[in-house]
Amino acid sequence: MQALNFTTPPPFDPVAEALRHDVRQFLAVEMHDRTPHQRAESWSGNDPAFSRKMGERGWIGMAWPKRYGGHERTALERYVVLEEMLAAGAPVGHHWVADRQSGPNILRNGTEAQREQILPRIAAGECSFCIGMSEPDSGSDLAAARTRAQRVQGGWLVNGTKVWTSGAHRADYMILFCRTGAKSEGDRHAGASQFLVDMNQARGGGMTVRPIIDMRGAHHFNEVAIGDLLLPDDALLGQEGDGWNQVTAELAFERSGPDRFLSAFTLLVEAVRALGPTAPERAAVAIGRLTSHILALRRLSRSVAGMLQAGEDPALQAALVKDLGNVLEQETVKVVRLLVDVEPSEEDGSPPLIAVLAHLVMTAPSFSLRGGTREIMRGIIARGLGLR
Amino acid sequence: MSDQLADSAERLFAANTGKAVIRAAEDGTFPQALWDAVTEAGFTAALLPEHTGGYGTTVMEAMALLQIAAAHAAPIPLAETMLAGWLLAQAGLSVPEGVLTLAPVRVRDVLTLRRSGDVWHLTGTASRIPWARDAAAIVVLAEGPNGPAVALLCPDGFTLSHDRNLAGEPRDTITIDAMLAADAVAPSPLAPAQLRAAGAAVRTVQIAGALSRALSLSVQYAQTRVQFGRPIGKFQAIQQNLAILAGHAAAAVAAADMAADALANGLDPLLVGAAKARAGEAASVAAGLAHQSHGAIGFTQEYELHFATRRLWSWRDEFGNEAEWNGVVGRAVLAAGPDGLWPALTAA
Repeated sequence: MQALNFTTPPPFDPVAEALRHDVRQFLAVEMHDRTPHQRAESWSGNDPAFSRKMGERGWIGMAWPKRYGGHERTALERYVVLEEMLAAGAPVGHHWVADRQSGPNILRNGTEAQREQILPRIAAGECSFCIGMSEPDSGSDLAAARTRAQRVQGGWLVNGTKVWTSGAHRADYMILFCRTGAKSEGDRHAGASQFLVDMNQARGGGMTVRPIIDMRGAHHFNEVAIGDLLLPDDALLGQEGDGWNQVTAELAFERSGPDRFLSAFTLLVEAVRALGPTAPERAAVAIGRLTSHILALRRLSRSVAGMLQAGEDPALQAALVKDLGNVLEQETVKVVRLLVDVEPSEEDGSPPLIAVLAHLVMTAPSFSLRGGTREIMRGIIARGLGLR
Repeated sequence: MSDQLADSAERLFAANTGKAVIRAAEDGTFPQALWDAVTEAGFTAALLPEHTGGYGTTVMEAMALLQIAAAHAAPIPLAETMLAGWLLAQAGLSVPEGVLTLAPVRVRDVLTLRRSGDVWHLTGTASRIPWARDAAAIVVLAEGPNGPAVALLCPDGFTLSHDRNLAGEPRDTITIDAMLAADAVAPSPLAPAQLRAAGAAVRTVQIAGALSRALSLSVQYAQTRVQFGRPIGKFQAIQQNLAILAGHAAAAVAAADMAADALANGLDPLLVGAAKARAGEAASVAAGLAHQSHGAIGFTQEYELHFATRRLWSWRDEFGNEAEWNGVVGRAVLAAGPDGLWPALTAA
């Protein structure tokens, strides 16, 4: 059964554990004044200065070749850094997308010039990316994207609208998914391509980024209107017409990491703090259950990291990890609120548990939407089972 | 585990286990041919060190064999014989041939060992003992005068009353009043809680095996059963349910991996507890979805789904249910505290 084909995760590795120790020391210093409420932002927390410090330590682009600013560390070593950052609630949002999926995409599909120009800046923590996939009429159905790049003298002319584009207002680059040709008979995935868009230039002309404020009042999302944006020839990423395959591979990186099951970890930490060692048995069982789920997910997720390192294509396994992980993240909110008799609030001065709970009550619905909805994940799994 | 070993195990169980064998076992006929084949292949000794009769298989490989056996619903005490031999070997006692099992398996059942001249007197009652009626010997973890002791108990030392689990596997009550020779007893390297953890570890592995079977049967059924003019697997509602089932099956495989790890490395209660509890939850959810996908046919004696699901419903409660083990895990992380929680998880 292919859906169950998770290879055994990489074994205990003293080098990785030494690295874990270094990361914890770094975090003890860098995170000492960061409140639980801030930590609850998880990988949505944005702090360019923090990302630069991580870059200085060599903790971004860790597995990439040294000639592109990488450090040629193993997938497991990279995994250790990621999970330590997430468990601590470190503000890794500035470089997260670039390190997780855009950089690997450029490494795999980019030209030598693109790699040399961009990857070292990502690895230094100085370069952030946004993902130009969703459109007003193309959410889960990515193949319905209508934004189009047309070949013109000296490059490509792009027109269309992207939406729900997290961080487009400050990102240095977007990887834009759009149409460059027609869908062919029987293959609605044909005729799509990916482009590297220099956002600082684009925002100066041809692109308008408008904020979409979320229900918490926060600004992560944007609507990105693209009107006659001229991209140079060398903005094409990978092969013209190969966009669907490239984006699918990118999503395996996007969907399998510890960011798909640790988004609510700060709430578990605060619950453990509030309940204390003498908590009633009912609470111990409930906290234990969340912990058991995390341990099993960590094993599955590390297994996918090993498969990615080995050059396998674990798109199916990644969908499975994301679905299980999102269920756990949302379950954490449901379980913790019934263990502690508090009313959630993010108003200034709210005690840590109350603020963290409020933050997660309000953000948890997004966990099973971002990066592909729960229903889409389950559709991918069903295809892997041979049902579609 | 080597593909070769897995392949040969698959072939062996496919050839020797089937509806007829499982039904006969439930009706009280021990599947001797299957057992002989498994013994011949060395599987029963897979947890033993080489100097005590093992073949150099790793704990991981032994557990992989057990998972395959469970996927075929092999109605034999392979897990019990493996584990009983493993305990004997650790206690420095020699491992007899044939079917072995363990006692006690319930927390409140305590067996007592007293010195009586130059022999030992073992007494007590233990319920739900797997395959006691078929055992050549029972490996007992008893309370001795100097702490826990391992003893080898032969069938003439106890009386038996038959009981079974939901899958029809023997789970007998034994009442012991036996005099044991000095060389049948040794100090135990394991405390009762550790033996319970070892039992939980093997049941976790078996749950993963049975769950993979429930999943593959459900997928096959959805691909072939036609309603409204198409295979029911073409309906999104069915697809979504089977995807959830596959998620729990994968989580159970991860739990089995954790359990095997724990068995090989000192039986960390956090790791065993998380594994058994996660697998138990997977068993509950997934068995329900497997039946839902099958409709009425899955509810019949004729169809084979229940060989998997009745095992899942039994094994999730044996050697500790989810509440018990999640409680152990929860106590451990609450004791670790907010700053020790994450380090406890990464060390597990």
